[in-house]
Amino acid sequence: MKAPAFGYLRPASLAEALALLQSHPDAKLLAGGQSLLPALNLRLSQPSHLIDIGRLAELCGISVQQGRLRIAALTRHAELQASPLIAQAAPLLHAAIQHVAHPAIRSRGTIGGSLANADPAAELPACALALQARIDVLGPGGARSIQACDFFTGLFETALGSDEILAAVEIDTPCEGAVFGFQELARRSGDYAIVGLAAAGRVEGGALAELRLAYFSVGATAILATNAAACLLGTAADPASLSRAEAALAQDLDPPDDLQASSATRLHLARVLLRRVVSSMMPQQRLAA
Amino acid sequence: MMGNDAVVWPADLPNSYIGRAVPRANLARLTQGRGEYVSDLQLPRMLHVVFLRSPYAHAEIVSIDVSAAAGMPGVARIVTGAEMAGHCTPWVGVLSHLKGLKSAPQHALAVDRVHWQGEPVVAILAASRAQAEDAAEHILVEYRELPAQVDMFEAAAPDARPIHPELGDNIAFERRLDAGDVDAAAAASDHILSRRFVFARHTGVTLEARATIAEWNRAEQRLTVHMGSQAPHMIQNIVARHLNLSEAQIRVITHDVGGSFGIKVHIYPDDMAVCALARMTGRPVKFVADRIESFTSDIHARDHVLDGRIGVRNDGTITFFEIDDITGIGPFSVYPRTSAVEANQVVNLTGGQYAVPNYRARTRVVFLNKTPTCQYRAVGHPIACSATEGLVDLAARAIGMDPVEIRRRNLIRDDGYPCSAPSGIRFEALSHHAALDKLLAMMDLPALRADQAAARTRGVYRGLGLASFIEITNPGPAFYGVGGARISSQDGASVKLDASGCITVASSITEQGQGSAAIIAQVTATAIGVKLESVRVILGDTDTTPYGGGTWASRGAGIGAEAAFQAGRALRENILKLAATILQSAPENLDIHLGVVVDKLTNTERLTLAELARIAYFRPDTLPQDFQSELMATRHFVPREYGFAFTNGIQASYLEVDTETGFIRLLKHWVVEDCGQPINPLLVDEQVRGGVVQGLGAALFERCHYDGQGQMINANMADYLVPMAGEMPDIEVAHVISPTRESAIGAKGAGEAGTAGAAACVANAVNDALAPLGVVITEIPLSPEVVLRALHGG
Repeated sequence: MKAPAFGYLRPASLAEALALLQSHPDAKLLAGGQSLLPALNLRLSQPSHLIDIGRLAELCGISVQQGRLRIAALTRHAELQASPLIAQAAPLLHAAIQHVAHPAIRSRGTIGGSLANADPAAELPACALALQARIDVLGPGGARSIQACDFFTGLFETALGSDEILAAVEIDTPCEGAVFGFQELARRSGDYAIVGLAAAGRVEGGALAELRLAYFSVGATAILATNAAACLLGTAADPASLSRAEAALAQDLDPPDDLQASSATRLHLARVLLRRVVSSMMPQQRLAA
Repeated sequence: MMGNDAVVWPADLPNSYIGRAVPRANLARLTQGRGEYVSDLQLPRMLHVVFLRSPYAHAEIVSIDVSAAAGMPGVARIVTGAEMAGHCTPWVGVLSHLKGLKSAPQHALAVDRVHWQGEPVVAILAASRAQAEDAAEHILVEYRELPAQVDMFEAAAPDARPIHPELGDNIAFERRLDAGDVDAAAAASDHILSRRFVFARHTGVTLEARATIAEWNRAEQRLTVHMGSQAPHMIQNIVARHLNLSEAQIRVITHDVGGSFGIKVHIYPDDMAVCALARMTGRPVKFVADRIESFTSDIHARDHVLDGRIGVRNDGTITFFEIDDITGIGPFSVYPRTSAVEANQVVNLTGGQYAVPNYRARTRVVFLNKTPTCQYRAVGHPIACSATEGLVDLAARAIGMDPVEIRRRNLIRDDGYPCSAPSGIRFEALSHHAALDKLLAMMDLPALRADQAAARTRGVYRGLGLASFIEITNPGPAFYGVGGARISSQDGASVKLDASGCITVASSITEQGQGSAAIIAQVTATAIGVKLESVRVILGDTDTTPYGGGTWASRGAGIGAEAAFQAGRALRENILKLAATILQSAPENLDIHLGVVVDKLTNTERLTLAELARIAYFRPDTLPQDFQSELMATRHFVPREYGFAFTNGIQASYLEVDTETGFIRLLKHWVVEDCGQPINPLLVDEQVRGGVVQGLGAALFERCHYDGQGQMINANMADYLVPMAGEMPDIEVAHVISPTRESAIGAKGAGEAGTAGAAACVANAVNDALAPLGVVITEIPLSPEVVLRALHGG
């Protein structure tokens, strides 16, 4: 199919992009285009205009300032994957990004686009939740920051205003004892996962002092499994604690049925991932393995 | 290794390209983007057509309002089924030799009623595809939805409401077979095993979608059809028939085609509409299916449920096979090859690799309100093979015998040919035991079993599965011709020496990426004695190639290439006669080596073909008055003694099942196959690997998901999972060579061998892996959900 006709605008600055967004309420922002363009070609979306922000230098770059990693919105997945800074300062993102689609898509797709699109099956929103990312947005009234846990509000819905632009993601660099884990179960390499888990935490004295388990592909948004995580806090993720956490996962997740798996199968797989990912995060179990 | 004592082509002679892995001449062109696909063609004044398709599986068309769309920018014409019916007559997809097969008239555009989601209803012609799509959004079709038949068992029930009331019921075709004495064999069995095998519906997913451009020349009263088709002469005949033209008024051109797998050998209503629309408008009309509409308009395949039974004695003797198969096709039997052939093949092939005389079978072919099914790569083979090999493994397990040993005891002996299977199919020469020996030598079975045992001590479930198979290739008229279809089973080739000493060969087979042109060049060069580089191949044009069937059913190498070889030999004789006249020698004293006429005894060069052609074409005055040179020769070929050239082989899969997640990881795959004389071993191996990958797709991934209303709900590349490189194992391929004696080359087909057995050995490997858990799965695709359900119930 062919996309319906639309206007194309390419602002030269972020300020101009914000102005265009205000004057064209039916416009959509075009960054990497990896979700938007297929939607246009399927005629699922019929915006009046595309505002191409893909060349705005103000939205590019990865940096660390005062213990915080700042990833500008236009950072391509391929840049994330190749960045030594990301590998060092956000090992979870480094682990997750290789699971995002295929090289051609990673070359175009952007972190800002992925977060703003808020696909419940995407890896990056779950990573943002697990890492307690702060999402910096710009609007006509200036800049504001939104915590990841407040950002993803529903199926493809976020707290981003229709006149706002996602500018950057900020993440604390790893502290002493920080641990990460990422696994997903996808039928084919690069597919959306049936279930995936991005986890971040802190180990102190052999026990989990902090743990955030961010599941994706299990609901309308990426979901923090707080009940399951609570079962593991203060433990060394021993088999009994893991079993309790697996049981508690039913209070966190109510996955939908779809073509790939039933709700019950998804919950089962989420439990398998819980055990595997959390075990991989514990230093002594890593040694044992 | 040889399966019998026939002569195998010496690959080391300078003149012989048969049996040599030479690169394909068209690779540079295709890989540099210089292919000529229908999608690339732009003709002057061309219109683009978009089809508004039925959103319902079954509905009455109450009204169609095109008024809002008709005036939209770029729109040239909008045609509904009622108007189209006056320009293109309907067809009925039956063959007389499939006794009792019935279907209903099918129109290019639906008239009054739609029968599946995706059936074309309105054609919108505009200056661009985008404009036609814009207009399509403004056509109002009012439907009255009707109950849809979506379940094959419900549709087959005696009280089911027929989709076509005039046909009485939904059973398109039923066949029964009873050979030997199954009841007596059952009574003499120590164990009888029964199992239901389930095969999901899937489709072909060609890299290039179907594409057609038709142009009507009013002055010549002639229609030129550019189509990505496997069978241009069949298209010529059928377009002529339903547009009420003579065949001479139709030219079908098939240049580069991006994959076919059987998808592009059928008559599609949208393609027929394109031909009629070109004539109606007097302008070229282009249709390129988009991926979304391909999923519901390209033919689907498989969708079988087969109840199988096997008897075995404690000594390993298999006593009988019995199957009761049912398949759900679409609302019509597809024209002209019909939708009953796959089921018919299942009956013909099941158990065919074993020396077991007792066989009972039934199959039923049932109309459904889903996309029509028809012949797709390895028609019926994966079903017959999976059922046969699954049952054999069950029997082996019941008597505690190794899967290799039970096959050794029951596979038809290599010295037992010619012979027939209980279904009546005839085998000229197969090599099951030689293939099994070669497979075992390749895969190092003891090492694999040791690895499997070691893995199990770590709680890792690995399994090994085997699948012997037979494959139908080189079909003669028994497939379609005897049933009344004007589908040629013979193929032809014309070979000519041009004035510069180069060779042009025009063949009636076609190329869709598998290397047809390459093998035609190889056999032609070999037959004449010229360098491969001096041969140019012309395919796919009904105006310029000899009449023939095209490329399908693994027939290009065995039939088409043999015709080219015979034509090349004939031209060689003519060249030698001319050379003898020029050189005052005798033809039998001369030979042609790499484009030069030589003395046969001494190899002394006497005359280049360029010089010979110069004399023939420009100085015939120097030749005797009673001598006329003929530097073009045409030959045709069809196998006569056997209706089909059966091939055989065996595949093995080694894999790992994650019993917690249900995920399967393919570790390694082996194939030994016997396609007779390979013309180009490189291309044969890649055909086998590609076929295996398609079979693995069926085994693990591919499935058309339908909901209860007959809506295909995964009609896109994100949700319909084709096999991808990342999940594929290394595939080792080896060959046994048992040439057919029906041809000079001895080649049989190789295009479907990989697909025939891949899913069967994967399923057997999964069941081997899960044997310690007491679980058997006989359903494909083996999705995590299917595996987990089997492991944990629910």
